[in-house]
Amino acid sequence: MIAINNYLALASILFVIGIFGVFLNKKNIIIILMSIELMLLAVNINLVAFSTYLNDVTGQIFSLLVLTVAAAEAAIGLAILVIYFRNKGSIAVEDITEMKG
Amino acid sequence: MIVVSLLFYLFSFIMIASAFMVILSRNPVHSVLFLILCFFNSAGIFLILGAEFLAFILVIVYVGAVAVLFLFVVMMLDVEFKSISTSVISYLPIGMTIGVIVLAELMLVLFTWKRDYSVTDSSIISKDMQYSNTEMIGLVLYTDNILFFQLAGLILLASMIGAIVLTVNHRPSAKRQDINKQVERDAENSIENIDMKPGSGI
Repeated sequence: MIAINNYLALASILFVIGIFGVFLNKKNIIIILMSIELMLLAVNINLVAFSTYLNDVTGQIFSLLVLTVAAAEAAIGLAILVIYFRNKGSIAVEDITEMKG
Repeated sequence: MIVVSLLFYLFSFIMIASAFMVILSRNPVHSVLFLILCFFNSAGIFLILGAEFLAFILVIVYVGAVAVLFLFVVMMLDVEFKSISTSVISYLPIGMTIGVIVLAELMLVLFTWKRDYSVTDSSIISKDMQYSNTEMIGLVLYTDNILFFQLAGLILLASMIGAIVLTVNHRPSAKRQDINKQVERDAENSIENIDMKPGSGI
């Protein structure tokens, strides 16, 4: 059996790549949504790894819940994106300044 | 044994490389395709871990629904992609700083962490009982964790209603059913008697 540290290292590298994606792509909110998906995937890998190594299936139940929330979040985010693009004609994050105080 | 290790390293290498390509490629369509590759490889890693049900759910739900939804939206929005990744350089220092700090903290936790062997086998249903992975999930999901199951359904309902309400567009020209109007209608104000002269039209 592969040591659990390998899985945890993989998940943390993937999580950091997700954080990178949020910071580097200020012009395109679709890439930011995809980076959030990557971070949730990293969390899922952690949950499943611990679930396997502790012989407890509850971690996989949590992982299912995370999958559900990720799917819901992607649907809502893309819906907001579509109506924003319909109104403004742009999806750059820097242009979203209507609510600035 | 060595085959499993090799498969793990292969899957994780492709996964990290494709995750990098997701955030660095200029064309968002390529990003979505690399995201799909990343999901496939993580399904492989779930298979190595023995979580077959989640692996297939990942392929079905993520690749089949979420990634295709992303692809639809990328192709629906008619954005010019040339000017997008010009600002990568200007955000690189702050992103790099925060990323390195987070990675260092995670690695510190990872390599100083010791497994506490007293918390193993905390579940009633363990691997010794010869159930398949899907059976184990089913035995626990609908009994001990019924609240999570119901909450997941509620979240999906809320997001479905939210997405429909956000994206539906009411055109005033479209003819719609008005139930009050239909119920109020009766014979007195719908039938009109006209006294017509012979030989003339209405």
